[in-house]
Amino acid sequence: MQLITCPWCGPREETEFRYGGQADLAYPADPSALDDEQWARFVFFRDNPEGAFAERWCHDAGCRRWLRAVRDTRTYVFAETRPYGRTA
Amino acid sequence: MADTSVLTRRHPLESRRAALEALVGDPAITLEPLVSAVDLRVDPDGGALDALAAALGGPLPTAVDTWTGIGDGEALRLGPDEWLLTSAGTDPHRWEDRVDSLAAPFGGMAVDVSAQRVALRLHGAHARELLASGCSIDLRPGRFGRGRCAQTLFGQAPVLLVAHADDDLHLFVRSSFSGYVADRLVDAAALR
Repeated sequence: MQLITCPWCGPREETEFRYGGQADLAYPADPSALDDEQWARFVFFRDNPEGAFAERWCHDAGCRRWLRAVRDTRTYVFAETRPYGRTA
Repeated sequence: MADTSVLTRRHPLESRRAALEALVGDPAITLEPLVSAVDLRVDPDGGALDALAAALGGPLPTAVDTWTGIGDGEALRLGPDEWLLTSAGTDPHRWEDRVDSLAAPFGGMAVDVSAQRVALRLHGAHARELLASGCSIDLRPGRFGRGRCAQTLFGQAPVLLVAHADDDLHLFVRSSFSGYVADRLVDAAALR
């Protein structure tokens, strides 16, 4: 089975994790200034690249911490995982 | 107020005790006594670990997924800022009060989770083999020796594994999942 390396727990099976969608989405600085289309774009529209994709995963069955992963959407290979919110 | 003095706590796995005791061969699976346990959340960099270690009678684990002995219990590090602290001889509410008052000056807190989990002990040369029937993590003694612990899945149930020795592992499981885990262990032991 696919293994995902949790920054805290090490390599674990994918079934221990929960997917959290695209990473690094910035909440609008002034939400009330957005019109409906802009708000819909923030809420519903996500990138769908062919290749490296930064996404959130949560290690539900382990340390229950969120992590940021870069996954190749063609091969499903994880290039990196790190604690969420950290740059290094 | 209802009179609760006549209520006695039963082990959640009381109904499985006979089936576990009836197992022959290796490993032996026994029910561990219920212990007091608190979930401690505190910043590990603020000096709280030293203060807690001095008060509780043992160092707290500094690496995630490791455990140490403290007084009459264990300290298991579950995450970067989360520990499970057990005590065999302290009442649950007193244990919570004590740890919480120690962690509070550092912005931490402790919550009583004594009723959350029960523990099973797998003792024998084939204990790891039996666990491996439902766990995917590397359980070889070289990678999961004494002092290690891990939260993972056993079958479908989240469990907390604690390595005491090469042939002695403890398994914490939520009370509501404990019947499933016990039944699955009995089945796996019978198939061996």
